Amino acid sequence: MSQKQLLLGDEAIAQGAIDAGLSGIYAYPGTPSTEITEYIEHSSEAKEKGIKHQWAANEKTAVEIAMGLSYAGKRAMSCMKHVGLNVAADAFMNSSVTGVNGGLIVVAADDPSMHSSQNEQDSRYYGRFAMLPILEPSSQQEAYDMVHYGFNLSEKVKLPVLMRITTRLAHSRAGVVRKSAKNQNEIKLPENLRQYVLLPSIARKQYKDLLNKQEILESESSLSPFNIYFDGKDKRTGVIACGLAYNYYLENFNDQLPPFPLLKLSQYPLPKKMVNRLYEECDSLLILEDGYPLIEEFLRGFFNSGKPIHGRLDGSIPRDGELNANIVGKALNIEQHEGESEPDFMVGRPPSFCPGCSHIDSYTALNEALEEYGGGRVMSDIGCYTLAALPPFNTINSCVDMGASITMAKGLSDAGIVPAVAVIGDSTFTHSGITGLLDAANANAPITVMILDNGTTGMTGGQPSPGLGKIEDICKSVGVKPEHIRILNPLKKYHEENVKIIKEELAYNGVSVVIPRRECIQTLNKKLKEKAKEEVTV
Amino acid sequence: MKKDIILAGVGGQGILSIATVIGYIAVNQNLYLKQSEVHGMSQRGGDVSSHLRISNKTIASDLIPKGKADMILSVEPLESLRYLPYLSSEGWIVTNNKPFVNIPNYPEIEKVLSTIQQKTRYILIDADKIAKESGSARSANMVMLGAASPFLGFDDDCFINAMKAIFGRKGDDIVEKNILAFKAGKTFAASHS
Repeated sequence: MSQKQLLLGDEAIAQGAIDAGLSGIYAYPGTPSTEITEYIEHSSEAKEKGIKHQWAANEKTAVEIAMGLSYAGKRAMSCMKHVGLNVAADAFMNSSVTGVNGGLIVVAADDPSMHSSQNEQDSRYYGRFAMLPILEPSSQQEAYDMVHYGFNLSEKVKLPVLMRITTRLAHSRAGVVRKSAKNQNEIKLPENLRQYVLLPSIARKQYKDLLNKQEILESESSLSPFNIYFDGKDKRTGVIACGLAYNYYLENFNDQLPPFPLLKLSQYPLPKKMVNRLYEECDSLLILEDGYPLIEEFLRGFFNSGKPIHGRLDGSIPRDGELNANIVGKALNIEQHEGESEPDFMVGRPPSFCPGCSHIDSYTALNEALEEYGGGRVMSDIGCYTLAALPPFNTINSCVDMGASITMAKGLSDAGIVPAVAVIGDSTFTHSGITGLLDAANANAPITVMILDNGTTGMTGGQPSPGLGKIEDICKSVGVKPEHIRILNPLKKYHEENVKIIKEELAYNGVSVVIPRRECIQTLNKKLKEKAKEEVTV
Repeated sequence: MKKDIILAGVGGQGILSIATVIGYIAVNQNLYLKQSEVHGMSQRGGDVSSHLRISNKTIASDLIPKGKADMILSVEPLESLRYLPYLSSEGWIVTNNKPFVNIPNYPEIEKVLSTIQQKTRYILIDADKIAKESGSARSANMVMLGAASPFLGFDDDCFINAMKAIFGRKGDDIVEKNILAFKAGKTFAASHS
């Protein structure tokens, strides 16, 4: 068991969960969280142990299924990217009032610098909002260990635990040593069968319990093996380094012991005694945290009348973007010897559609069909097809949140922009598009919804699409007229016909759904390769 | 022993396979390793990079600090220059000279290559051609690994065993072609550095 295994941060969490007696994991794919669930999906150990896994329709359904397992006394995990926690927020916020029975860990993967996201919101706020313990690993090994610790903590304090990671940890590999594996929990109903019944009279009592637990959570943080106080000789600055920031801090001192007193912080709420000691002993504080200045703002307070507290708010560190060793070094006034600049002829290389992608044909047809109406009327959504915002297509005018294309198009049409168009992928449609289509159908809004059906969740690497084979039936059942549900084959040879059909539906004064349907070229190639391999082995 | 390497290229060029081979060796030699990758949207034909750090001591940051990389190992010439701020003043650029042109404003290739040739320590190699000659056009990444291998300080057997272990499930033919590409890359670099 002492053999090191090279694991991504995401994989370390997954392996940790398998070894910690997980019974089920539920997720909607989202960079940088996807590989956690994928790892369990493909793990032979997880299969032998009968660990359930499912790509859920969205993050809210994923957390709720996990809550059901926890109700039954089992250990459960739900994983999502940071903005996915917005979708799951209703379940998540109330899960702190219901509490748990079996251990429950919600993993939120933040994306500072927005490598693959539309904002860089900091999930630690959600943890604080829900008044739950938060774990923020500083390494792959810690991520692995924290899953064991987190499940124990969850069952001990009877609350869900939020594990907050960032892209850098999620997608970075390092050696991880495993612990001995634990069996799954037996089914065991909650002692109080009304624990999950949040009627006001019950919720009021349980909310008081949650408030009363805050002191316990603080003392758990003080005793946590992941929060460590390191004394230092130079008391001019005391440093609080959250999660990965600890590594960037150490990187600046090579093999030497850093001179400043340091609080390595990986479990919240803040451990009061440790923070107090640092504040008392040092002339000023420097707060290093990836994401928003949560701790910094909290310690400064509105009046900022205490000792100087440096960080993102006073410009010691840029207000936005991911941390790194150079940024942290500069904040510590350590000289940085950066290399030469990029040559001035350097140009960006943005991502683009794969050769042979069905979206290319769909957008070529849509652009031509829209010529007579002019641009500025295409609301889009989140997936590979968002790349049509870039040249040469320049088709779409929005990308906001999962499902917003249909509802925003409905808003455009209410305002008088007719026809308005929505472009959404099949997986995004079942994630959060169906309710919007119901709104549009109930009002018979003059919008044309293009559901680009490539049969997969493409951008995150081809996970199954929860609505596969059900898209037309869903559209019919929410009230779209069957004669205005049109299927296209997005291939060059059908271009003229496809343009004609889209034009007909744009001219229709009501809700139309146009479904260009052709499998994602990536998943198709993968299947063909696997088939060829099978034929060789046979 | 400490090596900080930036792997660079365009999505789909196989830089993660290079990282996997080096990672396999590092683990077998009980070295510490951190390797940060790019997943998600930028894999679709965009620029991709990976920070690979190997050491006999614990490694703090997952990212190589700017000015600290010992080598930029790139499967595409323009991409080798994108990460110059990371390269130390003593560092090497080892890059394929064959441009991958999937953008309309790709700079003049002569300008790109001459900028590389002005550096003190560089190896330019036609990895696409060498890969084709050794039987597999798709093995340009292993040609590049071969060219960089003398700087990494591992024996050839280490690389070959790693390739056998990693590509083995793809069949003996693929393994053999990758090993040939690796050796051809190494031979070329030895005579052109």
